[in-house]
Amino acid sequence: MSKHFFGDTGVLLGRSLRHITRSPDTIITTAIMPIAMMLMFVYVFGGAINIGSGTSYVNYMLPGILLITVASGIAYTAYRLFMDMQGGIFERFQSMPTARSSVLWAHVLTSLVANLVSLVVVMLVALLMGFRSSAGILAWLSVAGILILFTLALTWIAVIPGLSAKTMEGASAFSYPLIFLPFLSSAFVPTDTMPTVLRVFADNQPVTSIVNAVRALFAEQPVGNDIWIALGWCVGILVVAYAFAMNAYRRKIS
Amino acid sequence: MTTQQAPAIQVHGLEKAYKDLRVLRGVDFEVARGSIFALLGSNGAGKTTAVKILSTLLKPDAGTARVNGFDVATQAADVRESISLTGQFAAVDEILSGRENLVLVARLRHLRNPGRIADDLLARFSLTDAGGRKVATYSGGMRRRLDIAMSLIGDPPVIFLDEPTTGLDPQARIEVWQAVKELAANGTTVLLTTQYLDEAEQLADRIAILHEGRILVNGTLDELKRLLPPAKVEYVEKQPTLEDVFLSLVGTKA
Repeated sequence: MSKHFFGDTGVLLGRSLRHITRSPDTIITTAIMPIAMMLMFVYVFGGAINIGSGTSYVNYMLPGILLITVASGIAYTAYRLFMDMQGGIFERFQSMPTARSSVLWAHVLTSLVANLVSLVVVMLVALLMGFRSSAGILAWLSVAGILILFTLALTWIAVIPGLSAKTMEGASAFSYPLIFLPFLSSAFVPTDTMPTVLRVFADNQPVTSIVNAVRALFAEQPVGNDIWIALGWCVGILVVAYAFAMNAYRRKIS
Repeated sequence: MTTQQAPAIQVHGLEKAYKDLRVLRGVDFEVARGSIFALLGSNGAGKTTAVKILSTLLKPDAGTARVNGFDVATQAADVRESISLTGQFAAVDEILSGRENLVLVARLRHLRNPGRIADDLLARFSLTDAGGRKVATYSGGMRRRLDIAMSLIGDPPVIFLDEPTTGLDPQARIEVWQAVKELAANGTTVLLTTQYLDEAEQLADRIAILHEGRILVNGTLDELKRLLPPAKVEYVEKQPTLEDVFLSLVGTKA
């Protein structure tokens, strides 16, 4: 690692954050779709969905909405990286005496910051819609930790198309299946009403364990095994995506 | 010091292929310190590939290249300290202002007083008034000037300009030529690639013609002219060229 790694990453992070503050629409578009879904699910479908008693539907579905927010936010990570590759500024940075991996890390950290801002926006709307939690500071920190890990995992997935896509559409299309994944999980309805094949898939895919863990933390319920399975998924995806992204990156710079 | 007397760029037996396509098939040339060297060739001749290898963005399949005395393969970090690359497309950040672009590069080169460096360069390239504006609002010529200004930060001894005037209008082209001449006058070594014969004729101390991955000829303009039969005296009516007409009508100072 170059001795300038942290300084250079900081400078480049400042650059990307400036991009976001100058076009805040990326934050708004990221937050708008999950908010619209939340409104629709709570006020249109929510009344007809039986989730058992004891909790409001907005409390029930917020964890899934938060994951959708991240999944739609990382499309912009791929987009920003793709634009740097296209414009030649990536090559300019690579030909300078700058720590080379800083260019990538700055995008990853920008993704983290932008997604956290979107998550806060969605969270505030949920509060207006009646979301309530009596969870203590430790539970909130655990939720934040899971969401950060989830964002990092998805961000490294986004880096792969950002580096290797040929067109702008290609760079962001990968996020659609990720946005769709929460619908095939326990995010909006309990999985026990689903047909067997779908239920087996829903019960064993990453979103269900993450949603269940976050939901339990908000409701001050015991998290059981879910949190370990959730963390396992996040770390696993993070490691695999990081390896593939670094491989794509090395192919790009040699 | 030997690096002071040795040629600024030494290329020996350079080869590069993309899969089956052999882009460079054994390229040799040297560039003397403080001179302007033009690599002339049509599209697809291998000019950009050669520049990318010299600026450490690509690894050659065979052959060696030394820039400012450093080997591009084994001393890439030292090479990057010694060079600046202005790629085929202006590698500027559209969302930042011209001044912010310059400050960004100065920071990434770890220089002191990035603000003062930026202001000096804005003045030198007649961009002071536009310095606070977003680069997205710049004309093609202003963008190219900013691009070249960014390349001068840190006074690198060797500068690569890959087709610096492609897509520019005649006035902007003359502005760029002026900037390149000033660079060489101050002792910077310039390697430029171009597909325009008059550009090579105007600027270069030495010209090498690259064709299908090989250097066909390499010499001064006079040497190249001597390759053809001696000039015949013919009487031709001297008409103004369209360029003369255009420039006198729009009133350029250059």
